[in-house]
Amino acid sequence: MLSRRFFLKSAGVAAASFGAVPSFLLRTAYAQNPAGASGKDRPILIAIFQRGAADGISMVVPFGDPNYAVLRPQIGIPSPQQGSAETALDLDGFFGLHPALGSLKPIYDSGHLAMVHAVGSPDNSRSHFDAQDYMESGAPGNKSISDGWLNRYMQADPRAKGTSPFRAIALSSNMPRSLLGVAPALAMTKIQDFDVRGNGRGGSSGDLYAAFESMWHNETFDAIKMLKDANPTRFQPENGAVYPNQPFSQSLQQIAQIIKADVGLEVAFADLSGWDTHANQGAATGQLSQRLREFGDGISALYRDLGDRMRNVVVLTMTEFGRAMKQNGSGGTDHGHASALFVAGGPIKGGKVYGKWPGLAQDKLFEGRDLALTTDFRDVFSEILTKHLHTADVSKIFPGYKPGQTLGIL
Amino acid sequence: MRSILLLLLVLPVVSASSAPRELTEEQKATHALNRLGYGPRPGDVARVESMGIREYIEQQLHPEQIGDNATDSRLAMFPSIHMNADELLERYPQPQQAARQAGLQKAKAGDNLKADRAQLQNAMQQNGQQRPQLLLQELESQRIIRAVYSERQLQEVMTGFWFNHFNVDWKKGQDKWFTTEYEMNAIRPHVMGKFKDLLMATAKSPAMLFYLDNHLSSAPNTNTSLNAAAAARRVNPKNPLAPLIQARTAAAANVNKGKARNPGINENYGRELMELHTMGVDGGYTQKDVQEVARSFTGWTIDQPRQSAEFIFRPAMHDRGEKVVLGHTIRAGGGIEDGEQVIDILAHHPSTARFISTKLVRYFVSDNPPQSLIDKVAATYMKTDGDIREMLRTIFYSEEFMSPDAYQEKSKSALEYVASAIRAVNGETNGGPRLAQLLGKMGQPLYQYVAPTGFPDRADYWISDGSLVERINFAVNLTLNKIPDTRVQLTTFRDPNSAALYLGSPEFQKR
Repeated sequence: MLSRRFFLKSAGVAAASFGAVPSFLLRTAYAQNPAGASGKDRPILIAIFQRGAADGISMVVPFGDPNYAVLRPQIGIPSPQQGSAETALDLDGFFGLHPALGSLKPIYDSGHLAMVHAVGSPDNSRSHFDAQDYMESGAPGNKSISDGWLNRYMQADPRAKGTSPFRAIALSSNMPRSLLGVAPALAMTKIQDFDVRGNGRGGSSGDLYAAFESMWHNETFDAIKMLKDANPTRFQPENGAVYPNQPFSQSLQQIAQIIKADVGLEVAFADLSGWDTHANQGAATGQLSQRLREFGDGISALYRDLGDRMRNVVVLTMTEFGRAMKQNGSGGTDHGHASALFVAGGPIKGGKVYGKWPGLAQDKLFEGRDLALTTDFRDVFSEILTKHLHTADVSKIFPGYKPGQTLGIL
Repeated sequence: MRSILLLLLVLPVVSASSAPRELTEEQKATHALNRLGYGPRPGDVARVESMGIREYIEQQLHPEQIGDNATDSRLAMFPSIHMNADELLERYPQPQQAARQAGLQKAKAGDNLKADRAQLQNAMQQNGQQRPQLLLQELESQRIIRAVYSERQLQEVMTGFWFNHFNVDWKKGQDKWFTTEYEMNAIRPHVMGKFKDLLMATAKSPAMLFYLDNHLSSAPNTNTSLNAAAAARRVNPKNPLAPLIQARTAAAANVNKGKARNPGINENYGRELMELHTMGVDGGYTQKDVQEVARSFTGWTIDQPRQSAEFIFRPAMHDRGEKVVLGHTIRAGGGIEDGEQVIDILAHHPSTARFISTKLVRYFVSDNPPQSLIDKVAATYMKTDGDIREMLRTIFYSEEFMSPDAYQEKSKSALEYVASAIRAVNGETNGGPRLAQLLGKMGQPLYQYVAPTGFPDRADYWISDGSLVERINFAVNLTLNKIPDTRVQLTTFRDPNSAALYLGSPEFQKR
């Protein structure tokens, strides 16, 4: 049931900022993702990994915390100032969005983007590689789990059998840990390159294709055929969406094309690296801001492009940990603990920063240096699995996890 | 994806159970050529069989005794690989810098950009300068050429292994000019020497100092503007660009003064040094150790990173206080020897012996490295003071290495696949840029892995649907002579199709 706030914000602010409002935002009697929905109503999750540990307090700036400016004298984002492009964008009087994420602000204002702050893994590893692994396996501290949480979601779903090879796809040259496992998933960087040479050109090359197909007899070849028929690259960005010409945005554009092609997609994955800002990370401008712009502009283009179809799409971002609260000696930040994440889409009760704020006073910091954790990332992931993807039992997906708080994001 | 992994992971295990307990001589020779090198060329298996596998292994363990003139002459077309950072910075400058040198104005909006670019290109040509992107191309080409043609195959394999272990990303800032020297001077000379020498060479390399930010790490009380001013004074007056550099460094010093950047340690190198280079993430160090190691390396920096780029120890940046690293006290008042002592502690740590041995056994034997062999290799490490050649000997002469369980167990990386395919069909290549581009599409953009882990060494990383399609297409294009700068002679195949099917088969993805 959509709240009154949802409706008002959608109708008002979104119309102001977008010009055109996706029609689903205006529907009052819209029922969210009925379980067992198929075809165009099938719920879709797009997971985005920010590899390298993104600085949570630069993305979602706690300008209302008096210690923030003290900890970040040179690389802090200034408090919101009307009309300035170099200050935080006020979200709720306490938190602000990094100005380079400005393109996400209208989605927040329309009530379809929420943030969770002080979120992360209860395991306190400051190793990128362990922490990414734990977040993607969905089992912090447990190195014996070989498959990924998204793959286990697919294993657990009874709709798994006989479904499309496009049920899960990673826009990546390798299969990310999140999707590794026995349930079929695809990984590729460019859908237009995903074709075997000589395919369907007759003569000896056709024979060669058939020979390769029988040699490998796997669903890669099913996927090639299906992709050829569906031809997703024919879908141009809609609603005036402009994807930046950068690999991350190109991945998102291809995800949108696969969604529009209706080939049975449920889970998509994309990642973006370059968040390991140990030196010269910059503030409102500079190194980190460039990365944030790429990230925010990509997601907002996807949101705009999908328009009405966002009604059953949830975008979930994650990063392995946050960064130390105090800037270091090289204008950057070393490895920390909790960070922030974003969730967007029709089913999201957005326009709000979720999670308990632990505070930045010295005695509130984790080990005296990092943002303390108040939300286990699995609390957020579980809520999306349960309410959006209708997973019956999250304990199978997050082994050893005891469901904690429900934030009410959906 | 599931069936790819079934084919690649499960089949060998299934066949191993019904296979004889020992490899045939032909299999042993194939195995040695696949693991110590980039796969057999036509005739290689018979050659190794007849010379004796032990003899082949011993030969490969002593690359300095193998003549390789033919490869050296192939490398003559890549002049940059023998230049130091100083020359590279001068001859392959950042375009903006070249424009400044040539006295060209920065293009403004509305200007004729095309004309400006042509003007800059002319100016660079007249000054004998080229774009830095060419440095990457030459690095990639030389690595591919050496993988395909070098007679010192094991040395090439080890170069790939150690570069990946001590990974740096060519794309990160000044590393565009530092990576060439890094491979040639820090990695290559030590690939079969003592691990500690390799570790020290990387620790003091501008490429690593820049990549993991240690060049900026300083004691909290350092005056950075004084350092920059001192640097400006140190510019070699004979350098024709001296006035320009002096002016710019002095300006930087002023900027720093204005910003009053709070100096202090940078933990990046200290952490990865223990996690990735030596002890491993479970090796038994704490966050406190990370900070203490970082303090020990303060002052290990780069002299004039935009000009001559050499390692330098700056006492003014160094934290002279006492440190305790992994229980060892490093006395107050030290200088460069603090970091050197840390290298020594780490190089002699049993966790390092275990971690390095595990990685070597995983690379040479199996994605699931047998513990029995890891223990033996770690014992060799401890006994020989980390002698890499001796560790390799322990691996190559072990039962675990020459076993049916290990045979064809590893999946080839993209470079291993491409190089072995060209070798298998007697290919003639000049290592042109198209090959490196294809490696990128197969998931291995050489010299450009962003994270310090380097490329993962696991079948599930290398074989995905997308990379499989790229590999099959490569097999087809290669055998039809449709890869630019690469020509094949299909002497051992009936026709291009049968060669393509062989190179694109599940078996050929394995080594």
